[in-house]
Amino acid sequence: MIGVEHYVVVSSILFVLGVLGIFLNRKNVIVLLMAIELILLAVNINLVAFSAFLHDLTGQIFAMFVLTVAAGEAAVGLAILVIYFRGRGSIAVDDVNRMKG
Amino acid sequence: MIQTIAFYLFAVLTIASAAATILSRNPVHSVLFLILAFFNAAGLMMLTGAEFIAMLLVIVYVGAVAVLFLFVVMMLDIDFAELRAGFIKNFPLGMLVALVLLAEMVLGIGAYKAGALTLGTPDGTAATPAGASNIEAIGGLMYSRYLFLFEAAGLILLVAMVGAIVLTHRQRGDTRGQKISKQVARRPEEATFNVKPEVGKGVQL
Repeated sequence: MIGVEHYVVVSSILFVLGVLGIFLNRKNVIVLLMAIELILLAVNINLVAFSAFLHDLTGQIFAMFVLTVAAGEAAVGLAILVIYFRGRGSIAVDDVNRMKG
Repeated sequence: MIQTIAFYLFAVLTIASAAATILSRNPVHSVLFLILAFFNAAGLMMLTGAEFIAMLLVIVYVGAVAVLFLFVVMMLDIDFAELRAGFIKNFPLGMLVALVLLAEMVLGIGAYKAGALTLGTPDGTAATPAGASNIEAIGGLMYSRYLFLFEAAGLILLVAMVGAIVLTHRQRGDTRGQKISKQVARRPEEATFNVKPEVGKGVQL
């Protein structure tokens, strides 16, 4: 029998993988953004699972808001990435010190 | 029975493709694995009866965000082998953080199994009405109780769109754009006028 615990386990593993991805791909901003998407997906799975568990639709509506913010974040993040690449010719973020002025 | 099989299939594929996303050498493969992860997560959500969110995930992620990622990965000419240089160096720290997180979550779930906290019960105002489909119920809730949040979400998308355009827009010198203010300020008197040139002479404009 599949219960809400199974969903929580899946979303925790997904969240941990997302955090691990941020640490492993410290130089590659694109994979970094994808790891953030994975974390948000884990949050969404959690919200939907508990919404079904509690018979309360609020979780699904907030999952939709999380999705909206994630889409906006991806768009702005990739735009920043593009201008960053235009200015420097690389996307390595290990030594971002341009904003020091 | 079939639900159990479907759950394990979706769950295993989601986690495997998420691992492949962060570990694969080629970012294009990473994006494709990300799409697979989102697709399977949509399957997981479908199993709980959350049809609307599942379809939204497929449309928004597979249809828009993943394509955006692919576009950027392919547009930028990057030496990806060089970007992987810190992978081994960061591996121990990353594993440490991941293990701590995982241990905390195992602890949390174990504590829940031992006896859950009672944080109250839902008041029932957001429950699915009898006989209504998932989309119908979500729509009814979103356009009544969460209307202002819904509009705020629209505003966020607008700001994100304007921000992305402003950030990436680049003014090139060699193009002749439309000057709207000049067009609007134009009056009929200065647009057309009569001239009576003498025979054999041209018109000076």
